[in-house]
Amino acid sequence: MSDKTYDRQNPAFYALLVALVIMSAGPIVMMLMTSLKLNVDIMSDTAGLLFVPTIRNYETAMCNLLWYTPDHVQFCDKTFGRALINSLIIAITSTVLTLVIGCMAAYALVRFRFMGRDTVSLTTLLMRMVPPAVLLVPVFGIWTFQFQLDGTRVGIILVYVAMNLPFVIWILQSFIIQVPIQLEEAARMDGAGPFQVFFLVVLPIIKPGLAAASIFTFRVAWNEFLLANALADRNSRTVPVTIVNSLTEYDIDWGVIMATGMLLAVPPIIFTFIASRQIITGMTAGAVKG
Amino acid sequence: MQTANVNRLTPYLFMAPALIVMAVALMYPIGYMIYASFLNWNPSQRIGEAEWVGFSNYINLLQDDAFRESLWVTLKFAAIVVTLEMIIGVGLALLLDRNIRGMSVLRTIFILPMMIAPIVVGLMWRYMYHPTVGIFNRTLKSLGLEPIPWLSDGSWAFTSVIIADIWQWTPFIFILSLAALQSLPRSALEASRIDGATPWQQVIYIKLPLMMPVLIVTLLLRLIDAFKVLEVILVMTNGGPGLSTEILSLRINRTAAEFRELGEAAAMSNYLLILLLLLTVAMYLYNKAVEARAARLRAAAGGDA
Repeated sequence: MSDKTYDRQNPAFYALLVALVIMSAGPIVMMLMTSLKLNVDIMSDTAGLLFVPTIRNYETAMCNLLWYTPDHVQFCDKTFGRALINSLIIAITSTVLTLVIGCMAAYALVRFRFMGRDTVSLTTLLMRMVPPAVLLVPVFGIWTFQFQLDGTRVGIILVYVAMNLPFVIWILQSFIIQVPIQLEEAARMDGAGPFQVFFLVVLPIIKPGLAAASIFTFRVAWNEFLLANALADRNSRTVPVTIVNSLTEYDIDWGVIMATGMLLAVPPIIFTFIASRQIITGMTAGAVKG
Repeated sequence: MQTANVNRLTPYLFMAPALIVMAVALMYPIGYMIYASFLNWNPSQRIGEAEWVGFSNYINLLQDDAFRESLWVTLKFAAIVVTLEMIIGVGLALLLDRNIRGMSVLRTIFILPMMIAPIVVGLMWRYMYHPTVGIFNRTLKSLGLEPIPWLSDGSWAFTSVIIADIWQWTPFIFILSLAALQSLPRSALEASRIDGATPWQQVIYIKLPLMMPVLIVTLLLRLIDAFKVLEVILVMTNGGPGLSTEILSLRINRTAAEFRELGEAAAMSNYLLILLLLLTVAMYLYNKAVEARAARLRAAAGGDA
């Protein structure tokens, strides 16, 4: 009922709101505008909001992925296109794997209770604490010398799955606890095995939890730089790594680099607009219960 | 018999993949790192060939001015950033906790900075701080003021990095405090209003104390994350100029990648880990204490009734 009625506020309050929106979205809008400008427009003194938008920067960045050859591209640098494909493969695979593995573990922990909830929340907390920088040295050493996984996508996926699992298990657990056990018992009466109960009864009910968990996992895998930088070689580089590599001290091609940055930012922005409620739930749950 | 066996094994089957992955790719590396911190090891050697040097990595680090500087920068950065973000975030939450149209859109926009890649955040700010094409210096110039060396002067660079972090992470505190505010018991606020409390009194005597548990957890979470910041600073300044913005994570990365001292980098990681462990334990104990107190209160209330 309170959804329909809104309090009237004074104008200063709305001015504050507008200022806040400009402050938080402004830099992103500016990046978008820069990515649509030619270098002439970026450098010119008068430039501001008045310019002719162009998608040239995007064409330059993705030249090897296009079905046509843009005529302003003299030399096609394949680095970014390749990295985009790598990023997609790595982020999607590790999200799917984390969710499947994490779901099963969370379910076992809730339904069979052979380990306390406390253990899980403590591990989650401890793992949240470990900075990627701390994993840098050991992961580099082990992946290179023992697993022979350096320079492969598999190696990067393995770290991401491991890094995300504690959080995913923890958040899914809180959703699975709410699934009524009677439903599962009914399914078992009808002759379903444990795997059938899990996949056909439990999974469909915890969809919102799966959405939240997959967004958080995807975000980490998609955005991560440090470990990917240590593990990847020329062929398995991800987008964040290529962006950092193309940042030199002088003479940065701002238009193209902003276009790549924008492409890297687009998937998380889309998820945010589709599922902001789930994201906020995940975030608050993560903090309020520790 | 067959099915009984399957049923007994099921939980282990369900747990196994997660346990194996975490053991191989999390626990093992961390143990490996602790071992490596006692070695004099460079990346071209296999770990078995590295020389055992005991605690000398740790001792060397403590005597190393660059490490101490970087530790100081990290602590200073975390303290300033978290204090300012808490003040702004909680303040905004108190201010915006009203029944207004479009609040959900607003929250969505506020969480954008946290969702996009830290690399991209660094990129945007580096562009905005750019000496000639960046918006800040352009604005200053059009106002007829001197341009500011945002990223090329030590103390300005530190300030710039702090501003970028505040932009990125204040919304986190805002969202959590707003959630805390909206779950406050309406009856307490109602009662205080009837007793004639002013809005200020309500904030100081009722809202803030009731929010305190969530606020402390938020503070600790944010503090832990502040020690993990790396990409934004890497893109903006790469630790420079000098060592003015070289936080510990960056220093670990540089020690490993540029100086090729894996043992020393591991020892440094351990210092960082110990620091974070203390914070995490503090947070866990605090949570336990709050839960115990709540349980006691419930028990007492039950006894009264």
